Amino acid sequence: MSDSERLCLHVPEPTGRPGCQTDFTYLKLSPAGSVRRPPLDVEPVDTRDLSMQLIRVLDENGQAVGPWAEDISPDLLRRGLRAMMKTRAFDSRMLIAQRQKKLSFYIQCLGEEAIAVGQTLALRDGDMNFPTYRQQGILITREVSTVEMMCQLLSNERDPLKGRQLPVMYSYRDAGFFSISGNLGTQYIQAVGWAMASAIKGDTRISSAWIGDGSTAASDFHAGLTFAHVYKAPVILNVVNNQWAISTFQAFAGGEGTTFAARGIGYGVASLRVDGNDFLAVYAASRWAAERARRNLGPTLIEWVTYRAGPHSTSDDPSKYRPADDWSNFPLGDPIARLKKHLIAIGAWSEQEHEETQKALEAEIASAQKEAESYGTLGNGRVPSAADMFEGVYKDMPEHLRRQRQQLGV
Amino acid sequence: MNALNEQKAHEASAVASMTMIQALRSAMDVMLGRDDNVVIFGEDVGYFGGVFRCTDGLQAKYGKSRVFDAPISENGIAGAAVGMSAYGLRPVAEIQFADYVYPAVDQIVSEAARLRYRSNGQFTSAITFRMPCGGGIYGGQTHSQSPEAIFTQVCGLRTVMPSNPYDAKGLLIASIESDDPVVFLEPKRLYNGPFDGHHDRPVTPWAKHPTAAVPEGYYNVPLDSAAVVRPGKQITILTYGTTVWVAQAAAEETGIDAEVIDLRSLWPLDLETIVESVKKTRRCLVLHEATRTCGFGAELVSLVQEHCFYHLEAPIERVTGWDTPYPHAQEWDYFPGPARVGAALKRVMEV
Repeated sequence: MSDSERLCLHVPEPTGRPGCQTDFTYLKLSPAGSVRRPPLDVEPVDTRDLSMQLIRVLDENGQAVGPWAEDISPDLLRRGLRAMMKTRAFDSRMLIAQRQKKLSFYIQCLGEEAIAVGQTLALRDGDMNFPTYRQQGILITREVSTVEMMCQLLSNERDPLKGRQLPVMYSYRDAGFFSISGNLGTQYIQAVGWAMASAIKGDTRISSAWIGDGSTAASDFHAGLTFAHVYKAPVILNVVNNQWAISTFQAFAGGEGTTFAARGIGYGVASLRVDGNDFLAVYAASRWAAERARRNLGPTLIEWVTYRAGPHSTSDDPSKYRPADDWSNFPLGDPIARLKKHLIAIGAWSEQEHEETQKALEAEIASAQKEAESYGTLGNGRVPSAADMFEGVYKDMPEHLRRQRQQLGV
Repeated sequence: MNALNEQKAHEASAVASMTMIQALRSAMDVMLGRDDNVVIFGEDVGYFGGVFRCTDGLQAKYGKSRVFDAPISENGIAGAAVGMSAYGLRPVAEIQFADYVYPAVDQIVSEAARLRYRSNGQFTSAITFRMPCGGGIYGGQTHSQSPEAIFTQVCGLRTVMPSNPYDAKGLLIASIESDDPVVFLEPKRLYNGPFDGHHDRPVTPWAKHPTAAVPEGYYNVPLDSAAVVRPGKQITILTYGTTVWVAQAAAEETGIDAEVIDLRSLWPLDLETIVESVKKTRRCLVLHEATRTCGFGAELVSLVQEHCFYHLEAPIERVTGWDTPYPHAQEWDYFPGPARVGAALKRVMEV
């Protein structure tokens, strides 16, 4: 290389395009059990090594190994497995409903179920999540009515959001689930503000911020980390790195040659990088971060390494930009299969129980769908009243909206 | 009436002479004292007390968890405010200059303004976004802008601008108490005294003006209510902020008996007062500092045309800033001063 050569622009490229195979060595994996577990009051700068390695608990044989292997009750693990299975069953059913034109739109979280479910089980009632559109596992884990969720998806007469929101943009204050916005990244700094408020009031509740790998490039990610650090806000800053932002590989968010967890170190935020498909690691790391926040020790950033197994949304066809069999080659596998294997290995689950649970969940989801559709669908026109459209813009309806409602004749 | 209420009533009745800065500070002082959920933050607002002194002494009085400095990040300030409000606080967030609100516009427009609607009332944004605005101070391009039209067109927001100390305090208290998000624009040209556009004359301090008499305790000036600051019969001038004073000067200097309406709340606005006045005067002039095209004046013209068409005897006239960025050296050719307003008044009065 001489300094007189012409410059050239570097444009990242995934190794795997349709018809090829992805080389996943870029992921920088660590063997299960090999990464240390620091004390809760660790200095953020002393988590530098953790931000570049990968915390994993479950080994190839489904055994829990290493310092992050906690004494988790089999009941809790079964609850987690069931919530993951239910989330997947819900997703697959809603995907079909969208194809049948009962819904206008849907977004699955296939392959990412462990992260939302595991963290929710590590949080307390009253803690507030600021999710993206791919954390429906939080609602399932908190046992929100699937009928009601479907009513939101169908925009029908029972839609709790009165038909105002695109499907999947849920809002469940009582379940600690902040209103989802279509604008990416905005909720990240809001979660920090919520945590600051909890600290201002001397509360004990914490918040949880969620963002995908792609949206870390948005300016609100930077603001969130800065504010979380400056005010030592009691917040868990989750980055779900599923490798893809629609069609763009995570390198386009700045992931090439580095990790998203490593970003946290520069901001002075303790940072972990965790196997997002390892339910035990998700639960343990989430609990660690939640404890840190609760003890006023400050925020924690966690990069969850996972893979977006499904299409980005029902409007997306991933076979146009990545290999069709990519998920089967992803080295961290399937979170449900891995927890199932572990539970069977410790004698707390069986193939038969799994099969029965799967069938029961599918039946439950099917019957919920039937009930939800009985309240109407977007297609059959049984949607919330047009008069509802003018409500809630302001606390009290101003004169101009009253006039506009009258003009519509509703 | 118990002793505490008596004391409050006494406080409310005590009146002091305040500048707009002192009146705004007093509003925040009152609300910090009345409501534990009120918090104030922004760049330099804490220890230092604000670059315009609007929060002077508040951190010392209420503590660092109620009044605090923020990183230089307008999207961060606005986004954190949305999160705090979702928790149940009542944040008053300061943007140092309205010219620097743009990074926060995504949070204000996509989040604060929409939150109640999209969550069907589960979450709300009881936030006040304070920001000094307006020109006439040799502020150049990024210390003079009037971006109100960016906010008036956003459903879910309230946009408010006072023109004197009494209204500044009362409107700010009403804004902080409002459960809707409020963009509270403060004409910095009016911070220390009224300004009628005669830049070649010495500025009179607020102390010499009756609207500087401000109750020391709690009171509010309701939102959505305009004020007729100069009753008149020949023409209605719809304006707000600094140009309220310009309009009055132009009326005096031309001898045209203009009725000057200070909108105070830009949107939602007090349509009734506007329509009543124009139906009486049958002529209308719209005046603002902001640039003309798609400025808020266009909406005012449209509303008057729609509601007063059969009463109008002349086309509605607009006097505004030019459709250029706010210049430095050409400040007084840009700012819509009394000469330009006077000429427009005469045009509208022509038969």
